[in-house]
Amino acid sequence: MKMKAKIEDLKKRIEELAKDMGPVTIMEVCGTHTASMHKYGIQELLPGNIRLVSGPGCPVCVTAQRDIAAALAIAKQDDVIFTSFGDMMRVPYGDQSLYSLYESGRDIRIVTSPMDALRIAQENPGKQVVYFGIGFETTAPLTAALIEAADERRVENLSIYSAHKTMPEALRHLLKKGSRIDGLICPGHVSTIIGAKAFSFVSEELLLPAAVAGFGAYDIMAAICSILYMLHKGQKKCVNMYPRAVRDHGNEEALKLLYKVFEPRDALWRGLGEIKGSGLGIRKGFEKFDAAKRFDFTVEEIADAGGCICSSILCGLKLPTDCLHFGKGCTPERPLGPCMVSSEGSCAVYYRYKGE
Amino acid sequence: MCLAVPGRIVKIQDGYAEIDYGGLSKQASIRLYPEAKVNDYVLVHAGFVIQVLDPEAGPELERIITETMEPGDENES
Amino acid sequence: MQKKITLAHGSGGESYRELVQEVFLPAFANDMLRPLTDSAICPAGERIAMTTDSFVIKPLFFPGGDIGRLSVSGTVNDLAVSGACPKYLSVGMIIEAGFEMETLMRIVKSMAMTAREAGVCIVTGDTKVVEGGSADGIFINTAGIGVFTEGRQPIPQRIRPGDRIIISGCMASHGIAIMAARENMGFRPPIESDVAPLADLVDRVLRSGGRVNAMRDPTRGGVAATLCEWVTPDTDIAVFDSMLPVRPDVSAVCEILGLDPLYIANEGIILLSVPAPDAEEVLAALHSADAGKNAAIIGEVRKGSGSVYAVTDYGTKRKIMMPRGELLPRIC
Repeated sequence: MKMKAKIEDLKKRIEELAKDMGPVTIMEVCGTHTASMHKYGIQELLPGNIRLVSGPGCPVCVTAQRDIAAALAIAKQDDVIFTSFGDMMRVPYGDQSLYSLYESGRDIRIVTSPMDALRIAQENPGKQVVYFGIGFETTAPLTAALIEAADERRVENLSIYSAHKTMPEALRHLLKKGSRIDGLICPGHVSTIIGAKAFSFVSEELLLPAAVAGFGAYDIMAAICSILYMLHKGQKKCVNMYPRAVRDHGNEEALKLLYKVFEPRDALWRGLGEIKGSGLGIRKGFEKFDAAKRFDFTVEEIADAGGCICSSILCGLKLPTDCLHFGKGCTPERPLGPCMVSSEGSCAVYYRYKGE
Repeated sequence: MCLAVPGRIVKIQDGYAEIDYGGLSKQASIRLYPEAKVNDYVLVHAGFVIQVLDPEAGPELERIITETMEPGDENES
Repeated sequence: MQKKITLAHGSGGESYRELVQEVFLPAFANDMLRPLTDSAICPAGERIAMTTDSFVIKPLFFPGGDIGRLSVSGTVNDLAVSGACPKYLSVGMIIEAGFEMETLMRIVKSMAMTAREAGVCIVTGDTKVVEGGSADGIFINTAGIGVFTEGRQPIPQRIRPGDRIIISGCMASHGIAIMAARENMGFRPPIESDVAPLADLVDRVLRSGGRVNAMRDPTRGGVAATLCEWVTPDTDIAVFDSMLPVRPDVSAVCEILGLDPLYIANEGIILLSVPAPDAEEVLAALHSADAGKNAAIIGEVRKGSGSVYAVTDYGTKRKIMMPRGELLPRIC
């Protein structure tokens, strides 16, 4: 098979490049990259000194407990139809989750597109329909399109709870203070929106080689190969290894719409604390669609466990086994930080493979 | 961060494109890519077209790798 | 006859008798049912296989099938994979008051047709009616009895190192069809469920002479759940990505929704663990039927320590785990 031969070729190049290097840690920051790497067993194709780590790229996993609590509080209210992507349904907040609420009879519906929420609102004029806005810059423009459409069609019983976040500030926050990351695989689909140039700060400010990557096994291996090549040559660049979908300046129409509806805000990231300017909040002009303002609710705070070291694990500075909660107070069934919430997060993977 | 799937546009009507995924078809909004045309090969994320795909780019990528990424290679890529 | 089910239909009186005479008896017609006694008396051998299952699926009608076809196929298949010849079914229905009679008749007709296809008789039944809002339209329970005639033996249900894992058809069709129908996802053409009774298919396998160490219909939890249930502390099971059959339309939907076909429900395929020397024979038997035309060897049982994994197209391994609950679409 032709593709197998190409992968074999990349494998050899990587081995050749890596053989005179010490340990190299490459981080990816995209939940779909994590899933693809798992699907194809990419780590197994790499020489022993090249380690892949999963950064804070899963928007579900980095959603703050406070946002989940708000979603649950809104979903519990009478006459609310709460809509969400399937990804968020099982993320726990204490003993509860959107899924457990659904099981107990609340009207909670999984949608596969934000526009489904608009349709549900139009079909149920007597109810309040709320859409849970989760995702990075790939998904946030879709929520913006939803709000724009609701505004144009005067759909008044729809509101959005935005927990949307953006990547660049989180990367600066995580990597500026020092990390053991040697190279970055940049998220391919976020890049289709914000453009390959949006990640040049990684090489210019953070001084790391970076590669924008697609999602097939070949795409990912090609990106890893280019990062190792840059390390070998001492180059600090951000290269676009997904040119078939990523342009330098991304999708300008989508960005225009995104910032017509949203503006940067400070955001709370699970396990990482507050990161300035890393969230997306609904602008004043569209605030009537902001569920956080439309609903009255109180959030029952859960005491923070303290001692969650996800931020160090995400930077490659610590291992899951270094965390005092690992396997005890923090398990896949009752996760604390994003590394365990994601089924492909570093801690979840360690937990699953322990004893082998 | 997100799942996006390639497909071909077979029809455009009222702001929606009918996308063909190898025999299976489904609608997607073109609000984020209004310049979409029939026969464009596009990337679809959660019911929206987000970008057009460039079929020439694949072979170009392979060329970059095979011609430039050799250890000890003195050429700049 | 009335147009809608009423609470009276479930009370055992005249309305109930009328329902049985006009709707159930003509459809399920056989001598064991006709006397309408408390238990049906049916000839049987020394050992019988017996199973039961309840069906609460929504929507009631979906591309490729309906709750009626599902309720017969599911129980027939559970009997068939035990090695028995499925023979007799009972049907228990719980129906919401206000349910359209026309809809009930459609479901019953589908059950009768599926039973004929499977060579089984529905010999006894019960109907209860509940207040509107309590039963989602209709719930159906079927229990089934199978017999070990013609020298049949119960399948050992124990995999052995060296066995080949064989699948009788394409994966994930049912789960995807239901998800697409329930969520109105708008795929064209609509995705069809694979729901079907497989008694004949299993019969061909058992008559082929090939030994079968384990056999199951991988319903909820998909092929993954069955493999995880089969593996023992001293074996590993490896399946190969390149050998897993999936229909192109089902595969496309799985891509779009971020789902792995291995974990999605099936209602029209069987999974077998067959000693290596007998694999070709069993495969030929499956291929001899239309229902088994996509049958393939997908993996093998190795000596090991309880791992189930998929081998990717690149030779790497991906662990397969017991699914935790209903599989939900992924976007992010």
